[in-house]
Amino acid sequence: MAEGIQEVSDATFDAEVIQSDMPVLVDFWAPWCGPCKAIGPILETISKDFEGRLKIVKCNVDDNPSTPSNYGIRAIPTLILFKNGEKVEQIVGMVEKSKLEQTIKNNL
Amino acid sequence: MGNTDYDLVIIGAGPAGLAAALYAARARLSVLVLEKAAPGGQILVTDWIENYPGFPEGISGPDLMTHMLAQVNRFDVGIETGEVVSMALTDTVKRIDLSDRTITAKTVIVATGASPSKLGVPGENKYLGRGVSTCATCDAPFFRDSVVVAVGGGDTAVQESIFLTRFVKKVYLVHRRDQLRAVKVLQERAKENDKLEILWDSTVTEIKGGTEGVDAVTVKNVKTGETSDIPAEGCFIWVGTVPNTGFAVGHMEMDEQGFIITDENRRTNIPGVYAAGDVRNTPLRQVVTAVADGAIAANDAMHFIESM
Repeated sequence: MAEGIQEVSDATFDAEVIQSDMPVLVDFWAPWCGPCKAIGPILETISKDFEGRLKIVKCNVDDNPSTPSNYGIRAIPTLILFKNGEKVEQIVGMVEKSKLEQTIKNNL
Repeated sequence: MGNTDYDLVIIGAGPAGLAAALYAARARLSVLVLEKAAPGGQILVTDWIENYPGFPEGISGPDLMTHMLAQVNRFDVGIETGEVVSMALTDTVKRIDLSDRTITAKTVIVATGASPSKLGVPGENKYLGRGVSTCATCDAPFFRDSVVVAVGGGDTAVQESIFLTRFVKKVYLVHRRDQLRAVKVLQERAKENDKLEILWDSTVTEIKGGTEGVDAVTVKNVKTGETSDIPAEGCFIWVGTVPNTGFAVGHMEMDEQGFIITDENRRTNIPGVYAAGDVRNTPLRQVVTAVADGAIAANDAMHFIESM
């Protein structure tokens, strides 16, 4: 999907997301999901705009069943914003860029 | 007449907007397409489209959108992310304000489509993404071997319910009437499908759950008044659409539900302003009608500009 956005797995989720000093936006996605692909370019832009302040990673729910299950995810795309290892925001489904930016700004 | 940034600004990059862009670009109009989220619209969540001519076996919604985008991108069309904040459309120079800039154009096509309607029952918003869904292609794999409830009786409800049966143990399709509205071929497939059971004359009155998400759906028989809880982990809702016209209220004529009223050339009551696709007051909302609307609107916009 989005280039330059790192993939995390069940194995690396703790180190990359929970232990991160910087807030992390996790994009839960799967190859079968049309809207997930569509959201890619928005995340790439946001990744550049918030460089140094926000880390964006993606988690393929097909390959990594435990992490989405731990967060009760039963819909994709789901975006979860983590701050100091805690979930602070969860957005389900397609989201407008402006709304996503505002959600991020409110939490940085 | 004053200069404008573009000849034509198209609001919305679904099938209607992209078809309009294609026709306008080939007519050498300068075109900008504005999209608030990502190009595609509702077909991004459609698993299989088999009534769009040219694809003998049918085609997935996302694949069709990829083709449409590639085709538009062969021409000089800008597609930008932006959400309309306000507009001034009545003058010769139309002004469209986005959150970060203002764009002017000679003509505007509104092609913002429609979104799934909500049921408006308790639990619906609370469990969105935790059992409540409107996208089978996105979310069906989360319900492998589960029981789910689906709601609706139109093409989308029946087609997507059939898709769900590839993953789930059982789909109860709740429909408020005693017959389906969906096209006959889909009705036949629904009847043949062992995993799909239709609950006639029924409505969903509540979606219940706990910390894990949805665990039951309350269904009421509208004839007997009897209610019962169906243990289910999911509730998929396909009960029609609402137009994405909030930003355009007061700017052009709409019907009672907010769909934009046009004439046969897809003109609204404002000169130089058009509506195309699902956003329009139209008897049929399909990809094939959306792209036709886009072509007709772009064609008339071209004549409108020539006659200025």
